[in-house]
Amino acid sequence: MKKNKRYSIFSLARNARSYHENWAEAWRSPEPKPSYDAIIVGGGGHGLATAYYLAKEHGITNVAVVEKGPIGLGNTGRNTTVIRSNYLWDESAAIYELSLKLYEGLSQDLNFNIMLSQRGLISLAHNQHDMREMERRVNAIRLNGIDSEMLTLDQIREMVPILNLSPTSRYPVIGGSLQRRGGIARHDAVAWGLARAADDRGVDILQHTEVTGFRIQSGRIEGVETSRGFIAAPKVGVAVAGHSSVLAGMAGFRMPIQSRPLQALVSEPLKPIFNTVLMSATVHVYLSQSDRGELVMGAGTDGYNSYAQRGSPMILEDMLAAAVELFPIFSRVKMMRQWGGIVDICPDASPIVGKTPISGLFFNCGWGTGGFKAIPGSGFVFAHTLAQGEPHEFAAPFSLDRFTTGALIDEHGASGVAH
Amino acid sequence: MKRQRQRLDTGARIDRSQRLGFRFNGKSYEGFAGDTLASALLANGVRLVGRSFKFHRPRGIYSAGMEEPNALVQLGKGAASEPNLRATQVELFDGLEAASVNCWPSVKFDVWALNDRVSSMLPAGFYYKTFMWPKSFWHRYEKVIRKGAGLGIAPQAPDHNIYDKRHQHCDVLVVGGGPAGISAALAAGRAGARVILVDEQAELGGALLGNGERIEARSGVDWTLGARAELDDMAEVRVLTRTTAFGYYDQNYVLMVERVNDHLGAPAGTLRQRLWKIRAAQVVLATGAIERPMVFANNDRPGVMLAGAAQTYINRYGAKPGNRAALYVNNDCAYRAALDLVEAGIRVEAVIDVRANPTGEAVAAVRERGIDVLAHHAVGGTLGSKRLRGIEVLALNDKGDGFAGDIRRLRCDLLCLSGGWNPTVHLFSQSGGKLDFDEKQACFVPGEARQAVSAAGAANGVFALQGCLAGGTAAGREAAQKAGFEEPGAPAALPFSPPEADPLNPVWRLPPVSKGEMRFVDLHNDVTVSDIELAAREGYGAVEHLKRYTTTGMGPDQGRTGNMHALAILADIKGVSIPEVGTTTFRPPYAPVPYGVMAGRDVGVLTDPVRMTAIHGWHERSGAVFDDVGHWKRPWYYPRPGENMAAAVRRECVAARDGVALLDASTLGKIDIHGPDAAEFLNRIYTNSWSKLAVGRCRYGLMLGEDGMVMDDGVTTRLGETHYFMTTTTGGAARVMAWMEDWLQCEWPDLKVFLTSVSEQWATLSLSGPNARRLLSELAEGVDLSVQAFPHMSVRDGRVAGIDARIFRVSFTGELGYEVSVATSYGLALWQAFLRVGENYDLTPIGTEALHVLRAEKGYIAVGHDTDGTVTPGDLGMDWIVSTKKDFLGRRSLARADCVRPDRKHFVGLLPEARVPEGAQIVDEPRRRPPMKMIGHVTSCYDSATLGRPIALAMVAGGRERMGETVTIPLTMEGRVVKAEIVSPVFYDAQGERLNV
Amino acid sequence: MLQIPCPHCGPRDEVEFSCGGEAHIARPKESDALSDAEWADYLFMRANPKGVLAERWCHTLGCRRWFNVERDTVSHEILRVYPMGEPRGGGSGA
Repeated sequence: MKKNKRYSIFSLARNARSYHENWAEAWRSPEPKPSYDAIIVGGGGHGLATAYYLAKEHGITNVAVVEKGPIGLGNTGRNTTVIRSNYLWDESAAIYELSLKLYEGLSQDLNFNIMLSQRGLISLAHNQHDMREMERRVNAIRLNGIDSEMLTLDQIREMVPILNLSPTSRYPVIGGSLQRRGGIARHDAVAWGLARAADDRGVDILQHTEVTGFRIQSGRIEGVETSRGFIAAPKVGVAVAGHSSVLAGMAGFRMPIQSRPLQALVSEPLKPIFNTVLMSATVHVYLSQSDRGELVMGAGTDGYNSYAQRGSPMILEDMLAAAVELFPIFSRVKMMRQWGGIVDICPDASPIVGKTPISGLFFNCGWGTGGFKAIPGSGFVFAHTLAQGEPHEFAAPFSLDRFTTGALIDEHGASGVAH
Repeated sequence: MKRQRQRLDTGARIDRSQRLGFRFNGKSYEGFAGDTLASALLANGVRLVGRSFKFHRPRGIYSAGMEEPNALVQLGKGAASEPNLRATQVELFDGLEAASVNCWPSVKFDVWALNDRVSSMLPAGFYYKTFMWPKSFWHRYEKVIRKGAGLGIAPQAPDHNIYDKRHQHCDVLVVGGGPAGISAALAAGRAGARVILVDEQAELGGALLGNGERIEARSGVDWTLGARAELDDMAEVRVLTRTTAFGYYDQNYVLMVERVNDHLGAPAGTLRQRLWKIRAAQVVLATGAIERPMVFANNDRPGVMLAGAAQTYINRYGAKPGNRAALYVNNDCAYRAALDLVEAGIRVEAVIDVRANPTGEAVAAVRERGIDVLAHHAVGGTLGSKRLRGIEVLALNDKGDGFAGDIRRLRCDLLCLSGGWNPTVHLFSQSGGKLDFDEKQACFVPGEARQAVSAAGAANGVFALQGCLAGGTAAGREAAQKAGFEEPGAPAALPFSPPEADPLNPVWRLPPVSKGEMRFVDLHNDVTVSDIELAAREGYGAVEHLKRYTTTGMGPDQGRTGNMHALAILADIKGVSIPEVGTTTFRPPYAPVPYGVMAGRDVGVLTDPVRMTAIHGWHERSGAVFDDVGHWKRPWYYPRPGENMAAAVRRECVAARDGVALLDASTLGKIDIHGPDAAEFLNRIYTNSWSKLAVGRCRYGLMLGEDGMVMDDGVTTRLGETHYFMTTTTGGAARVMAWMEDWLQCEWPDLKVFLTSVSEQWATLSLSGPNARRLLSELAEGVDLSVQAFPHMSVRDGRVAGIDARIFRVSFTGELGYEVSVATSYGLALWQAFLRVGENYDLTPIGTEALHVLRAEKGYIAVGHDTDGTVTPGDLGMDWIVSTKKDFLGRRSLARADCVRPDRKHFVGLLPEARVPEGAQIVDEPRRRPPMKMIGHVTSCYDSATLGRPIALAMVAGGRERMGETVTIPLTMEGRVVKAEIVSPVFYDAQGERLNV
Repeated sequence: MLQIPCPHCGPRDEVEFSCGGEAHIARPKESDALSDAEWADYLFMRANPKGVLAERWCHTLGCRRWFNVERDTVSHEILRVYPMGEPRGGGSGA
């Protein structure tokens, strides 16, 4: 009997009658084939999106996503779910805006509700330097055709009445900017929805399959060695945020990347109190409230390299002090869960997408603290890069080569947090 | 006020002479000192205390501790309001006010309970499958979903309490003050170690407070009091109660929260909680265990409770949780609870045991009391809605995995569950320790440790009291020994063998008696057995996926009573063992922690240190408007009454150009550089050459990062043969100091150079304007100020207003200028002396805004203002300062392909038609609508009083080759477009004639 | 919160220190002889092992002295502390 594949209110009602016992698997758990047309290493959002767009946009469906654990549990499942495209430089604006646009149709595209909530994202300015940077950014973003606007104090007060706008606070808020299309989405749903849709188009998602090495012959990739044996492919795309240097090491080259813990936390659920995403680079915190009612919060990275998915508690102390300073009424709210992700940090806080010294081997990494928002855009251009063998025009500026030429894309100001 | 009708007349750890009045959901009640809110509610016969998260089902008190999934309350009002507290942990105080969370309009009648009616449409993850059409409607659905979700409400006013932090080192930290923890602390304390013993409860004793067990012919409570007295007598032992260790970090760093006066209602202005940061040489975890429930249909009615909790309410609080009880168990332990229930006058209808033939001692004792033991039976469902009215009992089939026979109904208002125990391994797991699975007891226990930590007692999977005492003593002794302390002549620890008991039989799930009935695994998040089955069916069978898809274990109770069932049921579905399914890693915090206590005092004015110059008080009194520059507060401008910013800045600028102005430049970074290799060091740090600078002369220097980008600038002066004095930007001072130390220590240790930061040792006051010399000459002694004797870019020592001073003839305004540096403590005196004498010259204090206008008129860059870390000296048109004859930091990078592109952005001047915001973008071809190709941006823009028009500095692609061309500045926010002509960045006195006067 | 054994001040909390990244990166003497790629290697390419990393730390809020540390990036265990200038892997660790 064909099980119900398509999700809708009707299929939900139909399945309710059979006690939901007939839902199909969201994605298969196939045995690896001996070879594929392309292999994606890394079953996070970026890897899954790459596989999905390879199948959807380029008709390349004989693809495997190789993941050492269950999918979506790296940074895709460990971030603060913020989505926005308010980046300063043209190169960044192009790729992040592509991503935001894809996000805007993703629930329907995937037939999986990723709960995109475009509730607006406010950045705060606390001094003249912040204001100058904000003007520069907002003007650049607008001229790139992306929505962004400056906010007056009164507008901020109206949107976030619980914010501390006292002129006598340590770092008084003096202005802000807003991207109305910014917001949050359900991070797990992005991974699961992409996996389900990729699987539907024929992609094999190989969970619990760890890559142990690359097979390289005369500078060309031939496939990957895995914990389940060798799998051949003429093209391999690697999207393993946090572990990029380790994989690059397997292929024999170095990367300009450092793996750092990025910590985040959620509060116990509260009734709706706060309906935007808010960030302050000067007071070092960003904050939103999830649909479950949890306040979701992040700050900067720890100051040392780590693969431990945990950091130092002083970061939390700073983050929560900042939160209480901005929102004094949250003092008695309680932190419920805290975790760390391992993020790839590039010297210019921009990603690396494209070719490597090995022919046929492509890397997609270095998204730093902002990878979640880039998932569909990154997957889209990386799929193109893999399919064509040449970088997509939006990916081209993010080549590894830029570290040699010096054409860096310095987005340190964009993250809203200190690195 | 109602009578405490469920209160026992005697016994328990409450003080019946201290009556405490409190309100719950608007009604008044009375309890006793020693009560928790939960025990007081039970004593008053209140059963319905809350609603569940998703289906808003009626719920009652389920546990007696922090594992409570149901009884979440909002405590207090206004500034004292705190959401989501467990009633089981709230100590009662007189005047306490609490209300159930997550129900509207009331806990008795909650309209959201409609969700329960349509629960068949709301399985795990239902929201992923719907609300997608029409696309634009999600935000409407979301609004409703958000309203229904959430628990308590955020406080309505800023917190009126304060919080503190303490750091402490110790030899042995013992977490948990039950029999094992007390034994460990005693053993370590007797050995002489510095010990900290912490427990989350109001008093030590742990399980002994509730289970009525005896130690050496004494009651457990008396034994505890004796031990406490001994611990209190040990000078190196500190006992902290009401303190929860919640985070175990690297190198035995443990964070704990002490609830200082919550139990007294935390009056306004008092210290409510304290964060302890402990670095321990050794840690002993005696954190006890949490009882597991049994899972069956409608297992969530108010009146369903963990057996150990019921026992605790009777023994510790003298509160009867019901009047007619049944127990549903899979082990011997709960039989003792049955006896305590009987003792308290509760009628026990039956003990329902899934095991085929329970024979233990406690079982026999129960049978002796005439209580029905229904072996090989199970509870199939419950009756009632807002309170339990009865249960449905069925015999199990031969295999024990399903039902056989008819439903038998038992009337009861209390159903006590015991499904075994889970050691509290959270902190051990946080420490990086591995967990092993104990098949016999069906629970995870601490395995191999990664840090200096051990576990004892129930936390270690040893549940019998004698084992806890022996294990605690051994762990405490060993920890002390490892930390270097040994008790002379301590008796050898007694070997302990656990008493024989029938093993438990973990029946994790049974089929529903009738389909569709909800069997809750996670009571807090309303996750059912069917949800777990659905998740597994759909491929979310990895533990982490299961958690996220069903939300099991993701609530504030962290699934303490449900996680094991979720794992076991998943294992059962997949046909693998529990350890093969795996457990998730436990992460901090063990228990929810208020933001306020993590923030401590670092809020308000203490959010960050404030750096103030010696003259700050004067600036404030004089009405200065401040700007934050790093940690510094700098006067931005000094408006006079009736003056707006533009007018004030214009006045200040005019004073500097036509008369004389005074600026507090004390925030400048200042670094003293000594040593025979100082010149060579500067040669490497700066782009220009320092070898030939004469003693007494100053030179401007540009500093690059190793990537070739401008990092800082400033004037450095040669004070002596081997002595230089460097100034940096205000914001860059610390960075430059660290940068230079790094190179000296790590790369050039052969250079004999010593650096000393003296930014705060010198107050620096800057006089500038045509009258600067005349004014200064009135106050200066011992220095010839004549242009011949004291030229521009030189330094002289002397006295100013009787104060030893170092006078630099430098200028950032383009006017004749002197920077007078004196010891910081004399800064204000000098400032006031200048003002006094300055009256004759109309000396005008100016702020940073006027300074920026003046320097922009001269085309001087402000690093960090006109530059952004992507600008080379060449971009700035400053190749003249880049030496080609020596190496310096950043030099090689300037030769990279991208740094020699002809179309790089150049630093230029602009003559805009009107003033534009700094940061405005520049285009060549304006269009009606974006996108537009940007060719640069405005870095600085001011109304120049001197030139009588707006001027700007900008970075423009290829700008130096485009002098005289017109570009456009589209201000899309304001809906206007401003034209500007590209010009030289030097707008005023290009020859520098005004400097050399 | 790491506890870092400063060779000059003794064990102190991480909050007093700052990390300078990979140790033992010598600044090229004849940088003009290097290709852009070789220079980029010195500027940007960094070891980032999952395991033991030799890195530099500075006791910024203490003695302000730099020193080398061998630290495991998975367990965060500090295996060895040794002075600037001493090579990796040998010598007597503190």
